[in-house]
Amino acid sequence: MNARDTVLSRVHDALAIAPPPAVRVPREYRRDRELPAEQKRELLVDRLEDYRATVHQCVAADAATTIAAALGDATRIGIPAALDRGWVAEFGGEVLVDSADIPAARLDELDGVVTGSAVACAETGTIFLDGFSDRGRRALTLVPDLHVCVVALSSVVAGVPEAVARLEPTRPTTLISGPSATSDIELDRVEGVHGPRTLHVVLVLDS
Amino acid sequence: MSGTFLGMPAAPPRGSGNLRGAESFPAAARTELANTQMRRNVGKATRTIRDKRVQVTGELPDWEQLRSAGAAIKRDVLSRLPELLEQFEQAVIARGGQVHWARDAAEANAIVTRLVKDTGADEALKVKSMATQEIGLNEHLATEGITAIETDLAELIVQLGEDRPSHILVPAIHRNRSEIREIFLRSMPGVDPDLDDDPTHLADAARRFLRERFVRARVAISGANFGVAETGTLSVVESEGNGRMCLTMPQTLITVMGLEKLIPTYADLEVFLQLLPRSSTGERMNPYTSMWTGVAPHDGPSEFHLVLLDNGRTATLADEVGREALHCIRCSACLNVCPVYERTGGHAYGSTYPGPIGAVLTPQLAGMDTGGSDPNSSLPYASSLCGACFDACPVKIDIPSLLVELRHQHVEEAHFSAEQLMMKAASAAMSTSGRWTAAQRAAQLGRLLGRGGRIRTLPPPGNAWTSARDLPVPPKQTFRQWWDSSEGRAAIDDAHREGGRR
Repeated sequence: MNARDTVLSRVHDALAIAPPPAVRVPREYRRDRELPAEQKRELLVDRLEDYRATVHQCVAADAATTIAAALGDATRIGIPAALDRGWVAEFGGEVLVDSADIPAARLDELDGVVTGSAVACAETGTIFLDGFSDRGRRALTLVPDLHVCVVALSSVVAGVPEAVARLEPTRPTTLISGPSATSDIELDRVEGVHGPRTLHVVLVLDS
Repeated sequence: MSGTFLGMPAAPPRGSGNLRGAESFPAAARTELANTQMRRNVGKATRTIRDKRVQVTGELPDWEQLRSAGAAIKRDVLSRLPELLEQFEQAVIARGGQVHWARDAAEANAIVTRLVKDTGADEALKVKSMATQEIGLNEHLATEGITAIETDLAELIVQLGEDRPSHILVPAIHRNRSEIREIFLRSMPGVDPDLDDDPTHLADAARRFLRERFVRARVAISGANFGVAETGTLSVVESEGNGRMCLTMPQTLITVMGLEKLIPTYADLEVFLQLLPRSSTGERMNPYTSMWTGVAPHDGPSEFHLVLLDNGRTATLADEVGREALHCIRCSACLNVCPVYERTGGHAYGSTYPGPIGAVLTPQLAGMDTGGSDPNSSLPYASSLCGACFDACPVKIDIPSLLVELRHQHVEEAHFSAEQLMMKAASAAMSTSGRWTAAQRAAQLGRLLGRGGRIRTLPPPGNAWTSARDLPVPPKQTFRQWWDSSEGRAAIDDAHREGGRR
């Protein structure tokens, strides 16, 4: 027998030796929660700041100015091809429009990156990127040291179940909760090991 | 072919790999207890994580409901494992992945080695993974001329220090900053000779060392925290971004996953993405989680291989009590609350899996009956059965009961039961007063075996008892001798007089 058939027949044998009862999974934990926008905003900002992300709040009309300010000293940035160009209209530096054939070494030369996001979870301060549309492929939000992530308040949900329900499983999905961090040395938290050391979140309130 | 039932079911074989130490837990623990630096580091770490975990789990009003759901999902997976494994395999293949099955450690190592060689690379990046540690993958790759580079900071510290991990979550927790600085200066190629021991600078040194390797990597090897049967989605949770680098930068990604890591549906992630980070690091969410389903066009690796690992898991599944250990999501909460682990650290357990869950999982995966002195047979006794691990476990694994069950199995399986023999001897000795007096006199000879008030090893067959515990030395006098002595008579006369006065 090949390994696959052997392992599967072992599983059958194990369950025949000790037959398990059928199981009903209790789902009494909180799901499908709705929160008023103001509460979601407060919770998300609190959690993001707790993770040492910098939060900027603005209305859609001021997004370009806010994003340019969040980019600070950056002179070369990358953006996903589908990003709203209006968002980087106030940025004075060089803008690289990402595509799949741009090698990682070139991304490593960028100072920062601006992307959108799919959904955000207020209770944990987690932003979900799914590689679709203006969220960028995974390498783009990973290699440059500064990530400016635009989150629409309308895409913020209360908890993890509500966020997972909005995802498309076949898309490569990255969950970010603050900048890269390690606690491996005496449990002292250090921001930034291999991912972006700085995360700026631009929360657009009226989109 | 699948689901073939070949007559009488046979008990599946145990696993192999880094699942057995060189010496018994008490012997190894004695060495570790003498390492005060390690004890101080581990003690500080476990206390800190413990406090954070209590705080963030207390934040959720539905924490107990989440635990119940997590436990039930895992039970459900095990009860439907054949169909879910096949569903998972089909889903991964449908999305452009390739699936390989491994009966044991050697087979998994051979598969991964072949896959790495097929890429033409002689170097592979690694994401911290218990499964690949369990099978001894790095060591095997080295014998085949392939260098495995650990990219998790703690694993890198362990690897460069030619050391062993001591904790599931923070493997280098037994090292302090000055030790880490020394390891980097000694073993990290191209390190700045003026490097100090500031954690920020140490982390930055690791960033510089690995950045260029990430950018040029051709192949990476990871484990998996979850595999979703319904969609074929795999998931790795981490903090540093080294996982994201390994999972997305190379052309080829190889993931080794124990078959118990399966969950039925994508929506079930909503339970475990809440349970795992809060139990593990005491955070509301870990900084980074990656989820991928097969191969994504123009985003990440163009080739994806999944190696599904048995290595004793089906043997564990065949035990209707012990199979509960397969629910484990490797959060390490049980380590951080364990009074035994806190004092001995992880090395004393001798296996990839330390702490309370390791004391259960290791003997089940690899067995504990390779002869009279199998170190794994001492693991079920490496616990005070205080129950803190059960309370902390996010998927409600009843570790104390499993330990008791394994002790029972160990006693049943032993060729002769030393404890039974001793109980018989005690019963005979207590049957007449003459024998009892003689036995007590004989026991005083035990004082010759003791040092510092403890007896560490009794001669056979009593050594079976002392293999897992020390004994206090017997007192100088038996009670009867004291009763008959002038000191005893005087004390009794005093007591009589005192009684008479009242």
